[in-house]
Amino acid sequence: MTTLSAVTQTLEVIFAALVAPAFLGWVNQCRAWLQNRRPPSVLQPYWGLRKLFHKDAILADGASPLFRITPYVVFGTMIVAAAIIPSMGTRLPLSTAADGIALVGLLATARVFVSLAAMDIGTAFGSLGARREMMVGFLAEPALLMVLFVAAMISQTTSLPLIAESLSVGVHSLYPSLAFTGVAFTLVLLAENARIPVDNPATHLELTMIHEAMLLEYSARHLALMEWAAALKLFNYACIGFAMFVPWGATREALGPLGLVLAVPVLAVKLVIAGAGIALIETLSAKLRVFRAPEFLATAFLFAVLGLLVHLLLGT
Amino acid sequence: MDLSVSFLNACLALLAMWGVIGFAGLIRPHSVEFAGRKLFPLGALCGLGLAVIGAVSVAMPVERSVLPIGLPDLPFHVRRDALSSVFLVLLGGASCGISIFAAGYFRKGEGALPGLLCLQYHIFLASMGLVLLADDAYSFMVAWETMALSSYFLVTTQHRIPEIRHAGFLYLLIAHVGALAILLSFGVLQGGTWHFTFDAMRAAHLSTGWATVAFGLALFGFGAKAGLVPLHVWLPEAHPAAPSPVSALMSGVMLKTAVYGMLRVTFDLLGEVQWAWGLLVLAVGLVSAFYGVIFAAVQTDMKRLLAWSSIENLGIIFTGFGLTIVFAGVGMRPVATIALIATLYHCLNHAVMKSVLFCGTGAVLHATGERNLGRLGGLIHRMPWVAWLTLLGALAIAGLPPLNGFVSEWLLLQSFLFAGEVPHTFVNMLLPVGAAVIALCTALAGYVMVKFFGVVFLGQPREATLTQARDAGLLERLGLIWLAACCVALGLFPVQVINALDEVAQLLLRSPPGHWSTEWWLLAPSAARQASYGPLVLFALTLAVIVLTVLGVRLLYHGRVRRGPAWDCGFVRLDARMQDTAEGFGQPIRHVFETFFVVTRELPTPFDAAPRYQMTVGDWVWRGLYLPLGLIVRSSADLVARLQQGRIATYLLYSFVTLIALLALVL
Repeated sequence: MTTLSAVTQTLEVIFAALVAPAFLGWVNQCRAWLQNRRPPSVLQPYWGLRKLFHKDAILADGASPLFRITPYVVFGTMIVAAAIIPSMGTRLPLSTAADGIALVGLLATARVFVSLAAMDIGTAFGSLGARREMMVGFLAEPALLMVLFVAAMISQTTSLPLIAESLSVGVHSLYPSLAFTGVAFTLVLLAENARIPVDNPATHLELTMIHEAMLLEYSARHLALMEWAAALKLFNYACIGFAMFVPWGATREALGPLGLVLAVPVLAVKLVIAGAGIALIETLSAKLRVFRAPEFLATAFLFAVLGLLVHLLLGT
Repeated sequence: MDLSVSFLNACLALLAMWGVIGFAGLIRPHSVEFAGRKLFPLGALCGLGLAVIGAVSVAMPVERSVLPIGLPDLPFHVRRDALSSVFLVLLGGASCGISIFAAGYFRKGEGALPGLLCLQYHIFLASMGLVLLADDAYSFMVAWETMALSSYFLVTTQHRIPEIRHAGFLYLLIAHVGALAILLSFGVLQGGTWHFTFDAMRAAHLSTGWATVAFGLALFGFGAKAGLVPLHVWLPEAHPAAPSPVSALMSGVMLKTAVYGMLRVTFDLLGEVQWAWGLLVLAVGLVSAFYGVIFAAVQTDMKRLLAWSSIENLGIIFTGFGLTIVFAGVGMRPVATIALIATLYHCLNHAVMKSVLFCGTGAVLHATGERNLGRLGGLIHRMPWVAWLTLLGALAIAGLPPLNGFVSEWLLLQSFLFAGEVPHTFVNMLLPVGAAVIALCTALAGYVMVKFFGVVFLGQPREATLTQARDAGLLERLGLIWLAACCVALGLFPVQVINALDEVAQLLLRSPPGHWSTEWWLLAPSAARQASYGPLVLFALTLAVIVLTVLGVRLLYHGRVRRGPAWDCGFVRLDARMQDTAEGFGQPIRHVFETFFVVTRELPTPFDAAPRYQMTVGDWVWRGLYLPLGLIVRSSADLVARLQQGRIATYLLYSFVTLIALLALVL
C-alpha cells in the first residue's frame, strides 16, 4: 500500500460522506428548475440533517433493538460501499476485500436491514413499505449483478477498480453490450434510489410510497442517518455507473499525486451532469402504479441479460 | 500409515457408538430425562468427534478396510477418502448442534416414546455415516435403506395425525422409487464383471451409452432424495411433519447424502464425464432453485416455507455440480475446481444455516404451539435468544456478506464468469444466462427470509397468547449458538475451509493443488482474473465504521431517547391485524409469477352471513404429473383386480388354462 493509494482511499470516503447530501440537493434543485419551481438551496439536505441530529429521538413502544441498530448498520454499509467503489482512484487498498459481487451483496444487506426495521414496529405502513421494497429489490439486485457481470466479462475481472481501468484504456473501442447494460443500469439506479417512476421521494401518499413508508417511525438522529445513507446510496450508484460507463478521469498510478488533484474536479463534473440527467428523467416520466414496477424492473433485468448475450455473440 | 488407518476405525467406532446410544434409549423408554439429558448430549459428543476426525483426516491418504459383518460372501467394504471426510465433517458438525438442541427439545407426550425416538434418531445418524463410508454397492444400499426407513419412522412420530401419515407414505414411496433407480445404476456400473465393490466399478470400462444410462439412473435416484423438481413433492410434506430437530437433520444433512452419492458416482465411479450431462444437471438445478424459492415465498406455514427453501438450495448445489461436469467434460480443470468447491461449500453452508432455521422454528413451535405464520409475530421481545440466532441463519441463507451463504454464491458466480470460454457455440452463450437465474434466486431468497423473519419475530404479536411465549431453554440455546457460530465461522474464514475442500477437488478432478489466496484472510481463487473477497476485512471495516458512527453521534450531539406510541402517519387505532400477513407479504411474488402457481380462491358473495375468504396455492407438478400418474396406477390396479376375484373356482380355472397352454406349447 503506497501513501498515495492510502490518501486516495481516505479522500474518497470523506468526499463521499460529505458530498453525497449536496448531490441529492443538486438533483432536487435541477428538478425544481425543470418544473418551474423556485429551487431550494443545494445545501438544504445539510440543514435538514443538522436539525434532525439536534432533536430528541422518539422510539415507538414496540421497537426492538433491531430497529435502533439498523440506521447505524445501513449508514456503515454505505460508507464501506463508498470505500470500495473507484470514484477517484483505481488503486484502492480496501477494494481488494470486496469485488463487484460483494458490493451487490453489501447493498442487499442494507436493503434487508431497512426492510426488517420497517416491519419491527408492526404498523400497516411499515410492512407495506417493506414488502414493496423487497419487491423492487428482488428484480433490481439481479439486474445490477448482470450489469456488473457483463463489465466483468469484458474486462476479465470482477474487481471494480480493475474494471474501471480496463474500460478506460479502450477509449476508442465500442462495446455494444454496454449500451444495453447502460439502459439496464439507469433503470436500476432509479428504482433502487426510490426515484420516479418507481417511487416518489417527495410524497407521503400511501398509494405510492415505498422508501418513505419504511422510514415513517424513525425520528431525529436515526432518521438523519437513514437519510444520509439514502443520499450516499444515490452517490454510490452514480459512482458505480461512472466506473462502468464513463471511467475516464479516475487516477491511475502513472499520474501520481497530480492525477488525484485532477480526479476531484472530474468527479464533480460527472456528478453535476449525472444529477441533472436524473432530474430530467424524473421530470419527463410519470409515476408508475406499484404493480407496474415489476414490469419496469423486469425490463431492466432483460436488458442486462440481453447485454450479456450481445457480449457473448459479438465477443470483445 | 498406522495413524491413518486409525481414522477410519475411529469413524466406525463413533458410528457404532451412535448405535449403542440409540439402543441404550430402550433401557428406560419412558424417561425423557434419561434419553434427552443424558443420551442426546452423548450423541452430540460423538458428532463433534466425527467432525474433528473428518477435518483432521481430509488431507490424509485413502484408507480402506473390510468389516466382518453382512452376508457370508458379501462383507461390508468401507473406505475413507477426502470426499467422505468432508461430508463426515458436515454430518458431525451439524448433528452436534442439532443433538444438543434436541436434548432440550423433546418433551413428554410428543407422539412416540422418548426411548424409541432416541433409537430411531441415532440409527438415522449412524446410517448416514455408513452411507458416506460404504465402498461397495451392497453396504451402500443397506445403509441407504436404513437411512430412509429410520427417517420414515421419525417423520411419522406423530402418526395419529392423518396428514402426517400421508406425508410419511409419500416420502417412503418416492424414497423407494429413488432407491430402485440407484440400485439399477449400480447394476449398470459393474459393467459385466458382476463384482459390486466400488473398486470393481472404478476399474470397469463402460461405453459412453451405458455410462450415460448409469448417470441418468443415478441422477433420478439421488435427485429423488435431494428433492429436485419434479421429484420434490415429498419434501414440503415430509420435512414439516417431522419434529423440528429431525426436520433440521433431514434438510441439513440427509439431502446432502444425495449430493455425496452423486459426486461419488459421477467423478469417482464413472471417472470419464460427458459435458452434455452437465447441461441436464444444470437445467434441473436451475429449475429446482427457481421453483423452490418462488414457492417458499408464498407459503404460510413456517416449516413448509423452510422445506421449499431447501429445494431451492439443493437446486443451487446441483447447479454448481452441473457446472463442474460441464467444465470437467471440456477439459477446463481449474474452473471445474472452482465450481466443485462452490458446490461443496454450499453443502456445508446449507447444512448449518438450515439447521439454525429449523431449530429456531422448533423453539417457536414449543413456545407458542403455532406453525402458521399468520398467528405469530413480535417474538423478538419474548424470545430474544432464538430471534437473534435465527436472524443470523436467515441473513446467511439470504446470501448476505459477511456470512457463509455469500461465500458459496460468490464462488458459483465466479465460476459462471468462465462459462463464455466453453468451446461449444450456443452452450457458451446459454451458460452465463444460468448466472442470471442464480442471481434472481438469491435475491428472491432474501425476500423469503425477510418475510420469514419479519412475520415471525418482528411487529406486534398477532395473537394474545403470544405474550406468554418463553425463550428457549439452555440446551436449545447452546445448540442454536453452535450452529449459528458455524455460519459465522464459515463466512469469515473461507480460505481455511477451501484449502481443505481443495483436497476433494484433487481427488475427484485429479487437478493439481489450487492457489486460493494471496493472504490468509483474502480469498482469490483465480490469479488471472484478479477477483478477491476478504470477508474478515469487510466485516471489521463495517463494524469499525458503525462503532465510530455511534460514538461520533453521541459525542457531537447527544444520545437522548424517549419512548412513545407509534406514529404511523397519525393513525391512532393501530392494531396487530393491520400488519402484513404471510399471504400479504407473499402477494407480489404470487402476482408476478402467477403462471407458475395453481391458485384457487374461495370468495364470499356479498350476501354471506359469515363471509369466508380462502385461497390456496398449489403445485402444477403435483396436479399435472403425480395425480395422472396415480390415476393410471389405480386404474391398472383395478384391471388386475378383475383377475383377482377371490373365488377358488376361478383360480382353479386359471391354473387349468395355464396348464393346457403350457402343454400346447411343449407338445
